[in-house]
Amino acid sequence: MAHGPAKGLSRWLLTTNHKDIGTLYLWFSFTMFLLGGFFAMIIRAELFQPGLQLVEPEFFNQMTTMHGLVMVFGAIMPSFVGLANWMIPMMIGAPDMALPRMNNWSFWILPPTFLMLASTLFMEGGAPNFGWTFYAPLSTTYAPSTVTYFIFGVHLMGLSSIMGSINIIATVVNMRAPGMTYMKMPMFVWTWLITAFLLVAVMPVLAGLVTMMLMDVHFGTSFFSAAGGGDPVLFQHIFWFFGHPEVYIIILPGFGVVSQIIPTFSRKPLFGYDSMVYATASIAFLSFIVWAHHMYTVGMPIAGELFFMYATMLIAVPTGVKVFNWITTMWRGSLTFETPMLFAIGFVFLFTIGGFTGVMLALAPADFQYHDSYFVVAHFHYVMVAGAVFSMTAAVYYWLPKWTGKMYNESMGKAQFWVSFVGFNLTFFPQHFVGLAGMPRRIPDYALQFTDFNMMSSIGAFIYGASQLFFLFNVIRTIIAGEPVNRDKVWEGAEGLEWTVSSPPPYHTFTTPPPVK
Amino acid sequence: MHSQAKRLLKLALSPVLLLLSFLSTGVWAEEAPRWQVNMSPGVTEVGAKIYDLHMTVIWICVVIGVVVFAIMFYSILAHRKSPDREPAQFHESTTVEIAWTVIPFIILVVMAFPATTTLIDIYNTDDAEMDILITGYQWKWKYEYINPEGENVKFFSNLRTGKTEIYNEDDKGEHYLLEVDEPMVIPVNTKVRFLVTANDVIHSWWVPALAVKKDAIPGFINEAWTEVNQLGVYRGQCAELCGRDHGFMPIVVNVVEREEYDNWLAEKAADAVKIKELMAQEFTLDELAARGKDVYMRSCVACHGVNGEGGVGKAIAGSAVATGDIATHLEITINGVPGTAMQAFGGQLNDVDLAAVVTYQRNAFGNNMGDKVQPIDVYQFKQGQ
Ligand code: HEC
Ligand code: HEM
Ligand SMILES: [Cu+2]
Ligand SMILES: [Cu+2]
Repeated sequence: MAHGPAKGLSRWLLTTNHKDIGTLYLWFSFTMFLLGGFFAMIIRAELFQPGLQLVEPEFFNQMTTMHGLVMVFGAIMPSFVGLANWMIPMMIGAPDMALPRMNNWSFWILPPTFLMLASTLFMEGGAPNFGWTFYAPLSTTYAPSTVTYFIFGVHLMGLSSIMGSINIIATVVNMRAPGMTYMKMPMFVWTWLITAFLLVAVMPVLAGLVTMMLMDVHFGTSFFSAAGGGDPVLFQHIFWFFGHPEVYIIILPGFGVVSQIIPTFSRKPLFGYDSMVYATASIAFLSFIVWAHHMYTVGMPIAGELFFMYATMLIAVPTGVKVFNWITTMWRGSLTFETPMLFAIGFVFLFTIGGFTGVMLALAPADFQYHDSYFVVAHFHYVMVAGAVFSMTAAVYYWLPKWTGKMYNESMGKAQFWVSFVGFNLTFFPQHFVGLAGMPRRIPDYALQFTDFNMMSSIGAFIYGASQLFFLFNVIRTIIAGEPVNRDKVWEGAEGLEWTVSSPPPYHTFTTPPPVK
Repeated sequence: MHSQAKRLLKLALSPVLLLLSFLSTGVWAEEAPRWQVNMSPGVTEVGAKIYDLHMTVIWICVVIGVVVFAIMFYSILAHRKSPDREPAQFHESTTVEIAWTVIPFIILVVMAFPATTTLIDIYNTDDAEMDILITGYQWKWKYEYINPEGENVKFFSNLRTGKTEIYNEDDKGEHYLLEVDEPMVIPVNTKVRFLVTANDVIHSWWVPALAVKKDAIPGFINEAWTEVNQLGVYRGQCAELCGRDHGFMPIVVNVVEREEYDNWLAEKAADAVKIKELMAQEFTLDELAARGKDVYMRSCVACHGVNGEGGVGKAIAGSAVATGDIATHLEITINGVPGTAMQAFGGQLNDVDLAAVVTYQRNAFGNNMGDKVQPIDVYQFKQGQ
């Protein structure tokens, strides 16, 4: 038992091994990614042409809501937790996570939670239909009865995230190998440490918010109902106090991944390591004082409006620092372009475009025209899909040979990159245009002048969706029939403790701490 | 099929068209350009300022983007692995780190100036010559012209596009989904203040050409303003997800000469007075049925059929409701049937028309109930809710 995994199903159900739990998280999140993607395909198919063809508006709203929830809470966040589980102990020279039993628990909460959420689609009244931002009173007084399941689900997801982050903090703080000082930790570990603090800080706020909703829905309070003396705008303040840090929770581990991959394939150390750490920390700090940039149109006093505008613009500075550092890392390196590097460069290119639109959105007067239009949809897909999802894909290709001891098919990986790159841009670039031309978001049908760009966007979405099937195929093929890599250091330029153990690594790594130079 | 082919052709030509439309950003007026890729400066001073701000930032981003990406792509091309070159190993330079922190900061400060002045302008609702109270409902807008000296003029503005167009049974009209039964009318070159609120959930009143977007929040009254300097019809939509028909509550603002506006307002006020007088009146069955037939042919026939035979809606001829309890009949007509195409007509038709159409349904198509509903009955029914 001590040296290998248990047999059969109980290996996965009862496991406390960080690698097994990492694997579970990764497969779970990929499943959710396909489910959320399926919802997105329904949305894009309905929007292929003006008029209602496939679904009714009521169901369309359920699709936009479930798509957002599943992608954010089911796909992106758990995928990075899975990555953290696999990589953090191996990167800091620890034998496992600090709290292995809790680790098991924080994973196994998730599948039943999402099963429950998905089952609301088949319930009387339908699934939640108030958007992933679930503004009250649409999500309270006017909500379908399944809102109660939604609230319970959010509580469970929050619990899982909080346990996961406590575990990561405990691991990073206590379990580093001797000599692994904070300022020697790989960037991925740094970004996750900061992310974990963000999670611990804001998930309870989200829990408080949905509890207030629960009280409004079932126990007659009026936190968010003006008729009872409550305040619908209060809802938005609380939501975005969680929500803006949440978007950084989503992207910071991606920053970490890219900061590992670019040096490897540039065969050159990361430029400005210290400033990367400080930039990440200042982004995290600033993310707590910019929330109301999502609320410029609710009628805040002008002083508030100006404060949030200036603070939001400030965030662009550390974000820019990161981009400059990545590019300078490549400068005069010795570059090769394997699939992980392609996705990392794709990330830098497209995320920067999302950053530019972020700065535009930060300007309150201009945001009066952008807000709740497709321009915002384009912005956040550039940072979340080309940001978080591209970096996650890069991470899987980068570490898959380490995890499995087998090499993926390089040409198929490259093909996947180019197909997703084209599909992604075809989907989301035109959304900037329709947004600027006046198309609101979250509508099932649109005026005729938006027809052509929407058609393009839908075609792009189908292409992007199909490219994910390549990915699935490539990963499964690698596991079953990949070429063995037979070396510890899979990539020529790779640095770090994870490359000092065999590929695949033994079930338990670093039971005695490795030397750190 | 033919139009489909044309659309695909356009799709193929899109890069060229895109460039062309970038070069000629037309004003958002009557005819919205199909390949519009950019914000329109609109027809107000504020809109023009926002547009300038937007363009300034875009160009700043384009310049930074070109420089940064040029360096990146140069590196991708020039610094590939090759046997005759070792990678450099530098990884630090305080000077460049400081430079690329300070320079972006300065650029942001430069952007902040026009942003701040424009915002102050948008927030200045003083000296408005008139006020309009805008209330968002699921899923329509109510406009109430505040009249300090007398009765307010108020009416609902509903989507006019028919179900048959939405469900692709008929061809879609030019202003598909952006047309209403009664537009808001405002005079040109006049500062108009909007007081924006909502009746149920949060909506958001957005007309791009006016550069006005303000959330309509139940229990709160937000302020916004506009001063349009060009005659025309400007269209927008609700911008905040508000439930099932969020995509189906457009906004149309008709900007006319002062004189035309005054006439329109006077006519509206007179109409209201007339309805008021009628409200107090008792009608005979024939009078009600005659008026009701007009209303039916305007508002109900699309779903219930010329002979009450039904269609999208249930048959009225022989219907248990139309031949049953009056209160139920009123209830359905006034509040609609949630979850079906049967809308709530209580806010859309005045009490006289409601009384008339219900009476008509009860006595036409062989229903012959012989009973009638007076406007006052409708009024009392609404009060009792
Ligand atoms: C957009 C389509 C539509 C329009 C327009 C419409 N109705 Fe209906 N109506 C329906 C539908 C659908 C139902 C059936 C609702 C249900 O399933 O109970 C219905 C049902 C009714 C019923 C109840 C019939 C029964 O036997 O249950 C009455 C009464 C009625 N409508 C009155 C009116 C009046 C009066 C108007 C015009 C002012 C009108 N309707 C306009 C769609 C429409
Ligand atoms: C330069 C950095 C960034 C700035 C200045 C910025 C600014 C903004 C602003 C002002 C909005 C509100 C727009 C509106 O609703 O009108 C917004 C929306 C959004 N941003 Fe960013 N952003 C940045 C980076 C990011 C990143 C890194 C992410 C996540 C990975 C992100 C995710 C989102 C999301 C999800 C929304 C939309 C939320 C919703 O309404 O559903 N942004 N951003
Ligand atoms: Cu934000
Ligand atoms: Cu709406």
